[in-house]
Amino acid sequence: MNAAPSDDAEPLLRVRGLKVHYPIRRGALLQRTVGHVKAVDGVDLDVPRASTYGLVGESGCGKSTFGRAVLRLTEPTAGSVTVAGTDVLALSPAELRRARVSMQMVFQDPLASLDPRQSVEAALVEPQKVHGMPGGPTAWRKRVTELLERVGLPAAAAAKYPHEFSGGQRQRIGIARALVLGPSLIIADEPVSALDVSVQAQVITLLEELQAELGLTYLVIAHDLAVVRHMSRTVGVMYLGGLVEEAATEELYARPLHPYTRALLSAAPVPDPEVEERRERILLQGDLPSPAAPPPGCRFQTRCPWRQPTRCADEPPPLRELTGGHRVACHYAEEIEAGTLRPAASAVA
Amino acid sequence: MTAATTVTAATAEPGQEQPPGRVSGTGRARASWDRLRRDPAAWVGAAIVTAFVVVAVAAPLIAPYEPAGSQWIRQITPSDVPGPSEEHLLGLDSFGSDLFTQLVYGARQSLVIGVVSTLLGLLAGTVLGVLSGGIGGWVDTAVMRVVDIMLSVPALLLAVSVAAMVGRSSTSVMVAIAVAQVPIFARLLRASLLSQRGQDYVLALRSLGLRERRIVVSHMLPNSLGPLLVQATLVLATAVIEVAALSFLGLGDPDPAVAEWGRMLVKAQERLQNDPQLALWPGVCIAVTALGFTLLGESLRQALDPRARR
Repeated sequence: MNAAPSDDAEPLLRVRGLKVHYPIRRGALLQRTVGHVKAVDGVDLDVPRASTYGLVGESGCGKSTFGRAVLRLTEPTAGSVTVAGTDVLALSPAELRRARVSMQMVFQDPLASLDPRQSVEAALVEPQKVHGMPGGPTAWRKRVTELLERVGLPAAAAAKYPHEFSGGQRQRIGIARALVLGPSLIIADEPVSALDVSVQAQVITLLEELQAELGLTYLVIAHDLAVVRHMSRTVGVMYLGGLVEEAATEELYARPLHPYTRALLSAAPVPDPEVEERRERILLQGDLPSPAAPPPGCRFQTRCPWRQPTRCADEPPPLRELTGGHRVACHYAEEIEAGTLRPAASAVA
Repeated sequence: MTAATTVTAATAEPGQEQPPGRVSGTGRARASWDRLRRDPAAWVGAAIVTAFVVVAVAAPLIAPYEPAGSQWIRQITPSDVPGPSEEHLLGLDSFGSDLFTQLVYGARQSLVIGVVSTLLGLLAGTVLGVLSGGIGGWVDTAVMRVVDIMLSVPALLLAVSVAAMVGRSSTSVMVAIAVAQVPIFARLLRASLLSQRGQDYVLALRSLGLRERRIVVSHMLPNSLGPLLVQATLVLATAVIEVAALSFLGLGDPDPAVAEWGRMLVKAQERLQNDPQLALWPGVCIAVTALGFTLLGESLRQALDPRARR
């Protein structure tokens, strides 16, 4: 929206204190709220223009809800979202509809995210029509043809229906649809996890090419560490509704500071048999706690191999910056890195 | 599934030439139609329904005499009704009219009342279903409570009340049957819309900035109509039976010249022992017609269900 992208000074996407709490209601007739599921519980992040931010976490950690809340597909409970200087949460419904031109989403399941009764052309023309894009039907159809070609689909695809395509082709259609209004921000929620590995690489390459060509800003949500590492400039690790660590990609993968990140990275196999043999795995015990009743203090304390008797249980660790842009939410990050704190023996295999 | 394999092959090299014979797109409707064509039950159902509709529409051409004329009342004796003969294919009825003619015209009555009431029920049910499933919130709650109330009144009782209010006529029968159907359609459509609402494509359309109304009317509703179409076909079977039942109770058109299967059953009652054919033929007509709609509806349901794909 702004003419001059002033580098990292003004991030395209700025999120502050975003919370999505779902009320838990009881009672058949007179419903009362007995608690909240804190799906997203206070997330801050910045995504500079034309860069990619990768958000990782296990399923149920709230990363998808976060993506939807940023676009107000789920109404956030609190916080602020700014896209290119526009306060998204302050927009009226009509203003929000207009603002959607600049922020779009790519979904995980490309088949489910397309109306089965709409041909590809109809699906790509409709948003242009709804937003009154200039040029009329002829120009809209021309744009569809151009976009299909750009995402690597034949022109004949326009007349077909979603079920006639393969998974990879459908995701290309999903990407074309996200691009049709000319957005600057694209939130990709697990864009390749539903695809075959061979197709994943093609789709990732396509997303990267489009970013370079059109100056797009991506927020990529994924559980696959390799995908995020490949695509992102910055990576944020989410756990139980909150960000636990954030750093430049190489920094994060080379020097994970948060116990959760270390556990995640230690779980990924290494494509080198000798390194793989020596790889020390940190085993997490138990499951993700219920977001309806997150533990007090550090939200990771119930599964943390480095858990200390003090502070962890009663003091929530803030996301603090350790070294140049490396933020971590752990009281003992320095000690863990230095090796002065050892993990519980049962947790290392 | 040759289509799927060729499409998959094209993935490896995007931009590849399309395989011949697949120039234009084919929707899911085509796939459903193919499944329907291979189902023998669909053929039987369709044949019965077609025959029923043809007979009803072309009744004056098919029937050899005027309906319910009591033209041969003199041949009727307290102990005997003439059976099949040269002039009368199925014999006479207890009032001295041609039984075959009566059956043919009865089809007309069943079709008109059945179809009109089902269309009324479908229309009203769709409106209520869209209101509750499309808008949600308190509108949903309010509409569903109204539907619950409608559901709590038995169709027969309702028909009797309607007839008491507006008098005996085929209109009151139609209204009664339609009202009884509204809750079925409304609930079905609501459930169908709610299941659509959770779909990613609805989220995608919202993220594209479409108005909620447009999403509901042009996307969710068309995707929810399949089950409704099936239900309408199945409900037609029930409607045919209900038309007969309501006429049997004497709630239909008061004009004795109007031939109706249910009323024929009433007339047959007192002579059931000596002349069971008087009840047999209208009974068979009702059963076969209902069976035809049920078979067609069931095979439609299977054809439209993507999980039934083999």
